[in-house]
Amino acid sequence: MTSSHSNILYRWPTDDLLCWLLRGLAAIAGLVVVFIVVFLIAETLPVLSHVGLERFFTDPSWHPAEGFYNLTPMLWGTLFTMAGSVLIATPLGILSAIFCHYYAPPILTRPYRRLIELLAGIPSVVYGFWGLVVLVPLIGEIHPPGPSLLSGILILTIMILPTIALMADASLANVPQHYLRGAAALGLPRWATIRGVVFPTAKSGLFTGVILETGRAIGETMAILMVCGNVVQTPSSFFDPIRTLTANIALEMSYALGDHRAALFVSGLVLMTMIAALTMAAEWISRGRIYG
Amino acid sequence: MNDLNRRYGDASIYSFLDACRLKVGNLLPVFLMLPLFGWSGTSAAQTTAPDQLSGKLVVTGASTLAPLIAEIGKRFESLNPKVRVDVQTGGSSRGVADVRQGLADIGMVSRAMKDDEKDLHAFAVASDGVGILVHKDNPIRALTDEQIIAIYTGKITNWKEVGGKEAAITVVSKAEGRSTLEVFLHYFKLKNTDIKPHVVIGDNEQGIKIVAGNRHAIGYVSIGTAEYNESQGVRITLLPIDGVPASTKSVQNDTFPISRPLHIVTRTAPTGLAKAFIEYAQSKAAYDIIAQQYFVPLAD
Repeated sequence: MTSSHSNILYRWPTDDLLCWLLRGLAAIAGLVVVFIVVFLIAETLPVLSHVGLERFFTDPSWHPAEGFYNLTPMLWGTLFTMAGSVLIATPLGILSAIFCHYYAPPILTRPYRRLIELLAGIPSVVYGFWGLVVLVPLIGEIHPPGPSLLSGILILTIMILPTIALMADASLANVPQHYLRGAAALGLPRWATIRGVVFPTAKSGLFTGVILETGRAIGETMAILMVCGNVVQTPSSFFDPIRTLTANIALEMSYALGDHRAALFVSGLVLMTMIAALTMAAEWISRGRIYG
Repeated sequence: MNDLNRRYGDASIYSFLDACRLKVGNLLPVFLMLPLFGWSGTSAAQTTAPDQLSGKLVVTGASTLAPLIAEIGKRFESLNPKVRVDVQTGGSSRGVADVRQGLADIGMVSRAMKDDEKDLHAFAVASDGVGILVHKDNPIRALTDEQIIAIYTGKITNWKEVGGKEAAITVVSKAEGRSTLEVFLHYFKLKNTDIKPHVVIGDNEQGIKIVAGNRHAIGYVSIGTAEYNESQGVRITLLPIDGVPASTKSVQNDTFPISRPLHIVTRTAPTGLAKAFIEYAQSKAAYDIIAQQYFVPLAD
């Protein structure tokens, strides 16, 4: 029996094996999410069945020990911090990547990129601690009390900036050189090249970067917990303290019992729904135009 | 039956969390053999050889006490290698219920014993005091209970109204479920819904950082933590309550009003392993652990 025989005629089922192995691994990855959702729903069912879902949005306040479960202010808290930080970080990150690729002198690019990578590697609790002892007192001087939506947005911006900056950097690096040369041959100025050639080509990478940073902004807990003040209220100004859904879980988890604990799982479920909605919205916006 | 299921459902999650957090006991047995715990634990505790202690001690109850008892348990385990101490949280009422039903050898109760709990044997291991603190630059050195209540309920919003400088007060309170909050609310006879905070914090250290960073803040934290930070030069001042200075000393000699005893309880008069553990927890050998956890030992 020759080797070509074994390859072609008596195909040993390596392909099948690999295929099943990959199917299995993919199933595990998918099942993790399914299990998390099932677990969340199972944990929240008791409280949902005797309190009811709508009370989590219509109760007068969040005082779970006294039977009030309104999550809406925290939903707003999460949305505002997320929106604020993404709105600031996205242009900053993309423009810094543009600068790095097309404007910066070569001697600056490498150290600059290392710096951004370093920024990405700093643990969130360090940002939080810095925010608590430096940023919060500073904001408190301008407009008391200090811990506020503003400080949350600023800290989050710094934290998600490297995500978008590095993603943008990578997707700009993937723009084919001959596009750029073609643009140069047409005599396009640099900014026109960037706007007309680079952005459309790098669109999918930039979009992925925005999704990733948004996900990180929603999920961030520790730093937010330290600088936002954690008062459950819908903010009316940037200087109002707020509490996010993630901070809510982290703050009350260790001492919560019974319904209170289940209510925290509802916070988790709401977060999960938010992220699912975000992903679906992203899919819908792109609708195959961006990926592909 | 439903109640029983809920208990075990709850307990499994808590013991799991505790195994992760407190690193007491093995994760797997805690998870798998939960229903067996009570019986195996109790029987083991009773069949102890007089010279060498062995067996497993199950301790359940107040989450305030759990880290302390877990630490004491760790040291007790290292002194008695054949002993295992499993600490599970679930609140003071669970501690009482588990001890009554024989599900736990020892219960943890983070308050004074109630009248209908006289059937249990209670042993105080430490006290916990809650002190009101302001920034060191704040000229205020005393507030009456009424003023504190007015500040926390939002009726007084400027330091000027209590004899301080013209500045808005930043009210720092604790997150729901924290025991410090409960002690505070209990003493001032408030409900958490009455409190109008500007900052809500999780643990004591965070509260101290906030107050030290904001000259117009007022907060309350566990006295042990505050005293330690004050001695380290952190810019905070503890205010006296009713003229009694807030210090571990005044908590210890029972003159400081905002405090509570921390108890461990048993159903019958403790024998063998449980007795040895309780004696150890009350002994001077455990004082440094108690101080480490920012509680106040019973006496010097």
